[in-house]
This record gives sequence, C-alpha cells and structure tokens, in this order.
Amino acid sequence: MVMKTLTGNFAVAEAVRLARAKVIAAYPITPQTTIVERLSEMTEKGELEAKMVRVESEHSALAATLGAAAAGSRAFTATASHGLLYMHEVLWWTASSRLPVVMAVAARAIGAPWNIHVDHNDIMDQRDTGWIIGVAQENQEVLDMTIQAFRISEDPYIYLPVMIALDGFILTHTVAPVEVPDQKEIDEWLPPRRQPYIVSPETNIVMGNLTSDDDYYMMRYSIQVAQEVAKKIIEEVDLSYGKTFGRNYGGLVECYKCDDADYVMLLMGSWAGDAKEALNILRERGINVGLARIRFIRPWPSEILKEKLKNKKGIIVFDRSISFGNVGQLFIETASTLYGMTNMRGVIAGLGGVDVKPEDFVGEVVAFVDDVEKGEVYDTIRWLLPPKYRDHKLGVTL
Amino acid sequence: MYIELRFHGRGGQGAVTAATILAKASVIEGKYAQAIPNFNAERRGAPVEVYSRISDKFIGRHSQVENPDAVVVLDYQLTKMVNILKGLKNDGIVVINSQNKESIGNVKTYCVDATSIAKRHSLIVSGWPTVNTSILGAISKSLGIVSIDSIIKAIYEHFSSPRLAKLNAEAATDAYKETALCGE
Amino acid sequence: MVSEAIIEEPKTYWKAPISHPDFGSVGKTGLWRTERPVIDEEKCTKCLLCWLYCPEDTILRREDDMVFVDYDYCKGCGICASVCPVGAITMVPEIKEGE
Repeated sequence: MVMKTLTGNFAVAEAVRLARAKVIAAYPITPQTTIVERLSEMTEKGELEAKMVRVESEHSALAATLGAAAAGSRAFTATASHGLLYMHEVLWWTASSRLPVVMAVAARAIGAPWNIHVDHNDIMDQRDTGWIIGVAQENQEVLDMTIQAFRISEDPYIYLPVMIALDGFILTHTVAPVEVPDQKEIDEWLPPRRQPYIVSPETNIVMGNLTSDDDYYMMRYSIQVAQEVAKKIIEEVDLSYGKTFGRNYGGLVECYKCDDADYVMLLMGSWAGDAKEALNILRERGINVGLARIRFIRPWPSEILKEKLKNKKGIIVFDRSISFGNVGQLFIETASTLYGMTNMRGVIAGLGGVDVKPEDFVGEVVAFVDDVEKGEVYDTIRWLLPPKYRDHKLGVTL
Repeated sequence: MYIELRFHGRGGQGAVTAATILAKASVIEGKYAQAIPNFNAERRGAPVEVYSRISDKFIGRHSQVENPDAVVVLDYQLTKMVNILKGLKNDGIVVINSQNKESIGNVKTYCVDATSIAKRHSLIVSGWPTVNTSILGAISKSLGIVSIDSIIKAIYEHFSSPRLAKLNAEAATDAYKETALCGE
Repeated sequence: MVSEAIIEEPKTYWKAPISHPDFGSVGKTGLWRTERPVIDEEKCTKCLLCWLYCPEDTILRREDDMVFVDYDYCKGCGICASVCPVGAITMVPEIKEGE
C-alpha cells in the first residue's frame, strides 16, 4: 500500500492499472480527459500493458470496448455528459450482450447551454440500460469502487457492465489523499477475467443477430435476474474488499447514523460529505437526522431502504438532476420503494454545479421537520434555488 | 486544526500545482488535504482561483471555499483586477508575491519577492517566471501549517526530473528565508 | 492481443444474445432464386472477382482457378454477373417464358 495524493481521475487510472485492463478505448471530454491521459501515459511508460484505441467518437469508444470485451479482454472506457449520451445506444448493446466492461463517468451537466460542472442528469439518463451504476463520494472510494467494479462485472452470477460515476471537478479534479493498494494484493484479490463467451475465429459465434420475440423477452428477464442477484454480490464484494484492504462502504447504501434517526436525508455523490457535516450540526441542535447515501442506483437497493427507512418520521431526498415534467429521479426511485410508508419530500439542488453548503442542507432539513411536525407531508418537488435567485417567485399562474 | 486557503494566480502560473504540492506536503505530515481547482474558461494570463483545505482529520466537505483563513497571491498585479480580500476571515492573512513590500489594506500581510527568486533559479517557462514553488516556501513560513521540509519532500515527489525538483526546492527554501511581514 | 479470459458458464438464468452459425441451417436457399448465374468457361479469364464478391460464398473455385456455382445455396443476386469484367456470367431466368 502507498499513500498518494491524487485527483479522482488519477484514482480511476490507478485502479484500472491495478486491475490490469488490456484494452482502453476512449474519446476525450471534460472533465473525464485526464483519466485517459494518465492511462495513455501509463501504457507509454510500460506501467500498464494495454492497448489504447483512439476512436473518433464516444459511440465508437464503447463499441470498441465492447468488441475487445467480446474477444476476451478486460476492457475499460471513460466518458462524461454529452459523451455518455452519445454512447447511449451502445450502452444497451453492451449490457444486453452480457459482456463485462467497466466505465468511469465524470458526472457533468448536459447542454444547452454548455456547462462543465457537476450534475447527475447524465448518469440518471442511463438507469434503464441494464448497466450496474455506482456513484462515489470521495477519491478513495473512486479507486476502491473501480477495482471492485471489475470483480462485480465479471462475476458469473452477473455478467453485466458496470459504470462508476464520480462528480465532475469536485472529485475528478480535486486532489486528496488516496491509499493505493500494491499490485500483488490486487492480483490476489481480483480473479482472472471470466466471461460467458468469447468471440474468436475458433468459437464460431455470431453477435447482434435477429432473434425471436419470445427469446428476446426471456433475455430481458435474464438481465433483471442478474441485476437482482447483483444486490447481494455487490455487498459480498464490498465486504471481501474491506477484509483485505480495510475499507468497506456498506454495499449498495451507506447508512450513516440511520438506525437511531427520526429523519433521514437521502442523496448520492460528493455532496454527501457536506450533508454529513449538516447532520452533525442538526444533531447538536437536537434534530435526530440520519443519512442514506445511495452508492448504487442500479441495482436499486429497495429491500435495504425499506428495512432501514420505513419507520422513520420522514425522508428528504436531494436530487442533483431532474426528470422534466415529473420530479427528481432519485425521488422517483425512493418513492417507488417507500411510497405510503413515511413522509417524503424531494429537493432539486446543485444543478450544473451550483454550490450547496452544509448550511443549505441544514435549512432544508429544518423546514422539512417543521412541516412534518405540523402534519403529513408528501412534497414531490421543492427547489433549492441558487443563492442569487433565492427570492425568485416559483410557479406559473394561467 | 482546520484551515482553508484561496490562491489567486493567472492561468499558466502554476497555482493548481502549488495547491497540489501543498496537499502532498500536508499528507507527508499525516494530515488530510484537498486541492481544489476552480475551472471555468481557462485562459493563459486570466485571473484564476484555486482552493485548498488542510486538516488533521478527514475532510468530507466538498462545497466551495468562501471564507478562507488565508489568501495567497501569486502576482501582485491581480490586486488591481480582482478583490483578493473577498470573504477573507476577520483575522485572515495574506501571502503575496510583491516587490514593493506593502500591506494589503489593514490585513496582516506577508511579502516575498517570488519573481526574483524564480528568476535567480532559472525557473522560467515560456517566458514567465514560475513562482508557484517559491510561494510554497512563503506559505510554510507565514502560516506555519506545513513545514518547509515537507514542502521540499513534496516537491521532489511531484517533479519527475531531479534537476527541476532541485531548482524548485532551492527556490522554496530561499522564499522561506526571505518571507517577512510586509513593511519590515 | 491474445485472450486471457476464462469462459465460465453463467450461474443465473441465462439466455445468450448470440448464435452459432451453421452450414445451411435454414435449408437450401437456392430455392429462393429467380435467376441463375451461368458461367461461360470460354470467356472466363479466371480473374476470380466473382469468387471474391459473392456474398454467400457460393462461387466455388477449382484447383485450376476455374469457377463454378453452388446452385444449392446461390440466391441469384447477380453480383457475380455484375462484377465480371469480360461478361462471362449471364443471369438466366429460372422459369422459362410461358411456364
């Protein structure tokens, strides 16, 4: 183990090096670029024995990654924002082909207008594709989660691609201490690559063929079976990693001071650090709050959330994205699990990198607790506007 | 111990590198640190801000630094372009690269002639003196949060070329010796 | 790059989105043909363009590089006739006029 100070992007690169990825195909996009820059530096210096494939677009980047995976290589790619949206079609092909692939996503706002800062709409748009989607809070977790992603993806119970999201700039470009495991330790912990089939001149396999509707239906069903099993495997992998490297994170959800809490903040990503500070301030004021940090949005941790949160007085969900015409996606997901069991409120905040401070979380929680104590609350959407626009009158009158 | 800093520099001057090396030096001392670039449209010569947080405990906070304990200015001309005192805590400190040795307002100000030090050690990149490692020596002296020994170790860790590492370490050491309260 | 991966059977319910192609797995596709290519061996220069271009691999090649058609599987697309530089391949209707 070596202690290094790394940006989130360099932490991803270290993880990919340790996992001994064999093929990396990527197209540069802010704030993902330095992941691939670092990896190509590693391959040039001989620190990583991999083939870098330069492609002309993200669509091709994932297609090349998928091809390499089909041929039996541990393959990796990375992107962000518009690049991820451009990949969308191939995301489906990859998951439906049941080939293990790992991708890092530097979560970033989508245009128009151009905005390079953190936002979760790019990853939230990919929930339905069949990928396993993890979201990290710190640079250390970025490294650990990326290494774990290879093991999860290549597990014969799963065989699905895994996407690891790290908040654009806030993690990708912020330098923080990261413990980097030794190669030998990772070689022992991470099994050799396994996959359900290899396409080669010897194996006589055709991909992308037409199939019957009945078989198609059953293939869809099989992906759902794998996603369900993944809930357990992700937890096992997290525990096993913790046993070897001393860090585990709680599997699908990190429940921070949840058990004795009356109210719970539910969110994901780097701002969970600020929310935990808010939690401590609130507890000092006598408001008994806990925090559920979603680490995996796919598979969605419905059973754990039900078990941990059903008897709480209220759940406040913070979304860094929105499904226009409805509400925040994390709220939709949470409501699909907890609807009718407790008071709920969804807050839209921090879109396009708008800064959200511990005090902002404190304010929102205090207001929620006040409202719940006055009566039942089921607010689907509330706006935490940027400070400059706090007085803006919401809504429209016809 | 928990401290927040804001660096003012120009695009290309190395403020991000300064904050990164400072974080490395803090980690060498067993502390926790963040170096946070504030990216917008990055252009050479345009004013940029970089932040850092240093603590003896883990730092979970990721929101922006708005009330720094100290402000570090890599280029005196920036004082005429941006409000370098914005949000600075009441007992806050300024560390500035300055030849005229004047305090900024009523704030406790430490001066170092980092430009001359950089030139003395031939630290010139594309025609600009690179003052970022000198300023690290000044930070160590004036704020006392990270020792000059750790700064030098971090410089050697950061630069892969031993020759460059040596020049930068010497510049940081000189700056450490030459940094003083402005006006003294 | 040589594959280092191990093929391991999936441990959950599994239906693979892959297929294993086999010779003639949908029967004799030559029956789909409405026109057949006929090769004039006198005109043929053994350039092998037809053999190269045939999308169904039904132009077969003898040891002396003379070509012939596998009528069991030739669908009669006419690409061979179209690429032949000396006009040695003619497309002849399968059904004669009046039939």
